Amino acid sequence: MKKSTNNLKEPFVRIVKRDNISISKIVIIYAVAIVFGLLLCGVICTLFSDKGIGEFFESLFNGAIGSERKIWLLLQDTSLLLGTSIALLPAFKMKFWNLGGNGQILVGCLSAIACMFYLGGKVADSVLIPIMLVASVLSGAVWAVIPAIFRAKFNTNESLFTLMMNYIAQGLVSFCITIWVKTGSGVLPPIAYGNVPEIGNKYLLPIILFTLITVLMYIYLKYSKHGYEISVVGESINTAKYVGIKVNKVIIRTMVLSGAIAGLVGFVLAGSINHTVSTASANNMGFTGIMATWLAAFNPIIIALTSFFISFISKGMMDVRKTFMFTNDAISNIVVGVIYFIVIVCSFFISYKLVFRKKEKEDNQK
Amino acid sequence: MIITFLMSAIAIGTVLLFGCVGETITEKAGHLNLGIPGIMCTGTVGGCLFVSLYLKGLQSPDSASWLVLVLISMLGAFLFAMLTGLIYAVMTITFRCNQNITGLAITIFGNGLTQFLMHSYVDRSGFSTAGKIIAQCLPFAEGKDGIVKVLFGHGIYVYLAIAIALITTFIFNRTRVGLNLRAIGESAATADAMGVNVTVYKYVAILIGSGIAGFGGVFYIMDYVKGSWETAFTIEAFGWLAIALVIFTLWKPTVSIFGSYIFGALYIAAFVFGNITSSEREILKMLPYIITIIVLIITSITNKKENQPPASLGLSYFREDR
Repeated sequence: MKKSTNNLKEPFVRIVKRDNISISKIVIIYAVAIVFGLLLCGVICTLFSDKGIGEFFESLFNGAIGSERKIWLLLQDTSLLLGTSIALLPAFKMKFWNLGGNGQILVGCLSAIACMFYLGGKVADSVLIPIMLVASVLSGAVWAVIPAIFRAKFNTNESLFTLMMNYIAQGLVSFCITIWVKTGSGVLPPIAYGNVPEIGNKYLLPIILFTLITVLMYIYLKYSKHGYEISVVGESINTAKYVGIKVNKVIIRTMVLSGAIAGLVGFVLAGSINHTVSTASANNMGFTGIMATWLAAFNPIIIALTSFFISFISKGMMDVRKTFMFTNDAISNIVVGVIYFIVIVCSFFISYKLVFRKKEKEDNQK
Repeated sequence: MIITFLMSAIAIGTVLLFGCVGETITEKAGHLNLGIPGIMCTGTVGGCLFVSLYLKGLQSPDSASWLVLVLISMLGAFLFAMLTGLIYAVMTITFRCNQNITGLAITIFGNGLTQFLMHSYVDRSGFSTAGKIIAQCLPFAEGKDGIVKVLFGHGIYVYLAIAIALITTFIFNRTRVGLNLRAIGESAATADAMGVNVTVYKYVAILIGSGIAGFGGVFYIMDYVKGSWETAFTIEAFGWLAIALVIFTLWKPTVSIFGSYIFGALYIAAFVFGNITSSEREILKMLPYIITIIVLIITSITNKKENQPPASLGLSYFREDR
């Protein structure tokens, strides 16, 4: 809708939808945004302390990749976040707002720990670990499929439903801990049974596992009939109905898959990394994973990059915190939040462009 | 004990009511703001920051005046919550970003900012005294017990919440502004064709809604827990409950007054009963979330036409879209 140029003054700036945009332009927009975001965060941190911006970047990189151990930890964190994001991916692709990643990971974690607690020492680890795996995957799937069934049958709001399931999962964890820990400290000490054996070193298992799952998910979404159905349901439920896709079945099936992978993340947390469980075990990855998935525009390969980037920032911020002597870890949430804002706004510049008045006149004269 | 239980239920209900009414206003403009938990947090820190600055200028916190404390905490909360809401508004209205993603980012950011400022920049030394002054009940209910205490024994914030809910209902249903706002929530393109300035309405609705939600957090810290910061992480949980409450109360602020008190009672039940084991307490704590889910299911099954969310909730409006 172009305003008449005869009587009315052209607005100084107006917004026009882009028809298409080249990949190189998208990359440039995101690169500029990330650099700008990091600079802004550096400035914010220097405002609250007497250190300079150079030290900000130095400790950011030092915290993330400063030593061999830090690099391994970063890769392990990245792989866990990648696993969570890959779990959320098929749900988001069909426009199912699964905000329950935290809860699904947590019940997966809790089930594995329950097996370790009750069966540990009574059966051999070689029997126990498969039982834990099945329990985690099943419970994660159950936690995800409950909202999916109601969404499919009654169109119940899934984002709030999954969100409430997070709190119920947390409640279950607190409940089990009050039963298991007789001292009343509320902290479950690590359990020695059912620990997944190391391959190579103790960080390698999740890295290999979730890389493999990412590749499988890529193939599943791109080349299988299920993947096709998911993307049609995501684009338009009516279209899906017309071409004969059973929408309810797709929603429920996809959420079983989504929850199962989230449960697997819980299994790795319990069996391979922490060997215990607390209400904070999921480390808020359910929400961070949403960001990683969405920023990657639902592409599994790019999700690996965004997961790495988010983990890089949060690991790096731990060192920044020490250097800048911030007494609590909240500063990393602020920094991550600011970077999210800037990167989210990028989506605007990818689908729209700004047209300024002066340029418009030149176009008219041509 | 029943008196304490009801008093606490109403107090927690008030926190939820502020959040719920704020979110309802935003949703009527067609914006699902998942940033409300974060906005309630920044509102808290705003109010606390202003109160601490005011107390710093005094000889001792005892000499603080009730009126100034109430006004200054409200001002701080409204301002900070509104500024956080402004980030959300600019991103979702002007830049047309995805509302759910933006909301989640706002919550992460708001929570971080609040923890950071609260630990490093807010001096909480005089807060227990200031909290007692703010929580002062209406003059005629002083020293009374029983039903009078339950109804009139609260701090001014409780009545403010009810007043805001009633005024909001009046504006929604009886004024042209409310009609225009509801039209935008149903179909922004239609409202635009009617000659309503969609952008201005959306901005104002989100800013005011966020500001009101901010009161909830500052009420919880200053009035209910009297300035302690140990249980502050629950403010985020209150925010999520408030969003669920909007659906529970079918986008009607008058209904939300009662809805939020019911939720408050469910929430507080786990803490009031002293004679239960800690594992039974954990079960009770899950109750509000389970009830929320049941209510979500029931409202979606009944599926009445007047009980539906605004039709264009969650969609960005771009005039040139076809």
